[in-house]
Amino acid sequence: MGNNVLIFAEQMGGKFRSVAYEAICQGKKMAQGLGGKAIAVAIGGGVEAVAKDLGQYGADKVIVVDNAKLKDFTVDAYGKAFSEVVSKNDPAVVLLAATFQGKDLGGYASAALGAPLSSDCTEWASQDGGIQVKRPIYAGKAYVTVKFNSQPAVISLRPKVFLPDAPDASKSAEVEKIDLALSDDDFRSVVKEIITKTAGKIDVTEADIIVSGGRGLKGPEGFVVLEELAGLLGAAVGASRTVVDEGWRSHSDQIGQTGKVVSPKLYIACGISGAIQHLAGMRTSKCIVAINKDPEAPIFSTADYGIVGDLFKVVPALTAEIKKTIG
Amino acid sequence: MNIVVCVKRVPDTETKIKIGGEGTKIDPAGVEFIISPFDEFAVEEAIRIKEKLGKGEITILSLGPADAQTIMRKAYAMGADKGTHLNDATECQDTLAEAQALAAALKGMQFDLLLFGKQAVDYDNGAVGVQVARLLNIPVVSRIIKLDVADGKATVERESDMGKEVVEVKLPAAFTAEKGLNEPRYPKLMDIMKAKKKPLEEKPAQLEAPKLTIVKMDYPPARPPGKIVGQGEESVPALVNLLKNEAKAL
Ligand SMILES: Cc1cc2nc3c(=O)[nH]c(=O)nc-3n(C[C@H](O)[C@H](O)[C@H](O)COP(=O)(O)OP(=O)(O)OC[C@H]3O[C@@H](n4cnc5c(N)ncnc54)[C@H](O)[C@@H]3O)c2cc1C
Ligand SMILES: Nc1ncnc2c1ncn2[C@@H]1O[C@H](COP(=O)(O)O)[C@@H](O)[C@H]1O
Repeated sequence: MGNNVLIFAEQMGGKFRSVAYEAICQGKKMAQGLGGKAIAVAIGGGVEAVAKDLGQYGADKVIVVDNAKLKDFTVDAYGKAFSEVVSKNDPAVVLLAATFQGKDLGGYASAALGAPLSSDCTEWASQDGGIQVKRPIYAGKAYVTVKFNSQPAVISLRPKVFLPDAPDASKSAEVEKIDLALSDDDFRSVVKEIITKTAGKIDVTEADIIVSGGRGLKGPEGFVVLEELAGLLGAAVGASRTVVDEGWRSHSDQIGQTGKVVSPKLYIACGISGAIQHLAGMRTSKCIVAINKDPEAPIFSTADYGIVGDLFKVVPALTAEIKKTIG
Repeated sequence: MNIVVCVKRVPDTETKIKIGGEGTKIDPAGVEFIISPFDEFAVEEAIRIKEKLGKGEITILSLGPADAQTIMRKAYAMGADKGTHLNDATECQDTLAEAQALAAALKGMQFDLLLFGKQAVDYDNGAVGVQVARLLNIPVVSRIIKLDVADGKATVERESDMGKEVVEVKLPAAFTAEKGLNEPRYPKLMDIMKAKKKPLEEKPAQLEAPKLTIVKMDYPPARPPGKIVGQGEESVPALVNLLKNEAKAL
């Protein structure tokens, strides 16, 4: 039985993402408890050059699968490569970030290895020589504590919950490059086109501040007042489902049980009533502000601070006041 | 075109979750169960493909307790043709065991497309679609928002971290549905009546011993009570002051 932790180091366009550092730092801590090593796995086309830097975040070793055919992520090809690395290394824990890629790969590896899986974990602890995790269920209306009865356990961590330690420039990791035979069968799904998102647009799952709008915005043009505030704060603009279903904002901006689950430092809900499905997506935000003209709106019972009033007056005043106080 | 759609019975999203007596499951008293919303997108997509091609058969597969059949009938009323219920009175909490049981049942079925929701809104793992595809050794694309089939291939769109992706896949293949794929229809009364007569096969679910155990279930920590800062734009300076100096959020 192994005692190492194998960590998927997620990259985008040849650069590691902050979620990779989050996972490696936690993976290192887990490995210390298990008496093993933290082994990062970097997969892609052209990732070898940056691989050793992962040592600065705690990786003892980095296994690199660098292949031009793996430039674009598909779960079929990456899953094959990742699972093979996992099975050769017999780890106690396989760790990923619960991102689009990480969730796909976790599912693939779990099935390929017959290993139990828990997604989106927000806490973990060493327990009886293994790892036990806590994760939200029912969109955060409850949590479960999960114990694994078999090794390896495949665990994905919710992004932005575990912050990475500062990198230690004096450390670097041993890099092992491996070649894997990939067959045509691994490329039955092929990325044909990538339509990159609008430059400068911040995704709600990555933002530290979200300014979010609901039906109270009255129409797509109403969002101009939110865009102004968001622009000033470097924030992303989120939306309730009603707004998305009306076609005022894109599906990728929806917050809630059937949208994205976010936990930014600051969430400003404007003209959102606070339905249970919306709250499920944002209730773990560190600070919640509600602006709503209805003093009875349920959003006020979840918000830290509320202003009862017309958002078309309050939000521009807020933008002006913030401009005045923080420049 | 034969399409199989996997649907799971989950508590209605309005449900206020109450933890049951054993402390590891919810108390089902008074809970209304629905097709997981993402699975409903998958069912709707299957029907639209069948309508567009003018032929094919849609099979529903659901693993769950006896009343999983209620939501299967809902999918029938939307337009699915038949289905298999894998009966599991134990309410398995291990996605891998569920995926293995679904895959075992699917091995005996003929299909071109296998559709899932991106996530069952109970345990929110978002894994079963990819797990089943791997167990069956067919390609899979998750979280699709557009699906076109032609000439033994599917072309799909999905959201990724880079933006949007267009992916082409050889059939048979599996897909998981994201919100935005379509707007599910409301079945008409006549279709609800017809749904009662469509064939529904029941089999025991072949579940292996779970490889994980839920030790306990907890409520989320309560948020401290908030405060109404005031009325209208006059209270904005007070709010900014609190955000800066009390919450340190600016
Ligand atoms: C299966 C399912 C899944 C769902 N998933 C989601 C989800 O993921 N995310 C989500 O958000 N919802 C979801 N919903 C929908 C949810 O139940 C609510 O319908 C929705 O959140 C309401 O959106 P809203 O707050 O924008 O609109 P409303 O409830 O109509 O609220 C509008 C608010 O704006 C206020 N207002 C109006 N004018 C002004 C003004 N000038 N100034 C200030 N305030 C004003 C009103 O007082 C009101 O409180 C889901 C529902 C179902 C059934
Ligand atoms: N018990 C089940 N029966 C049928 N389909 C299921 C079951 N569990 C999960 N699925 C399918 O797999 C998807 C993802 O589920 P999950 O990985 O549990 O979030 C769901 O949206 C369903 O389409």
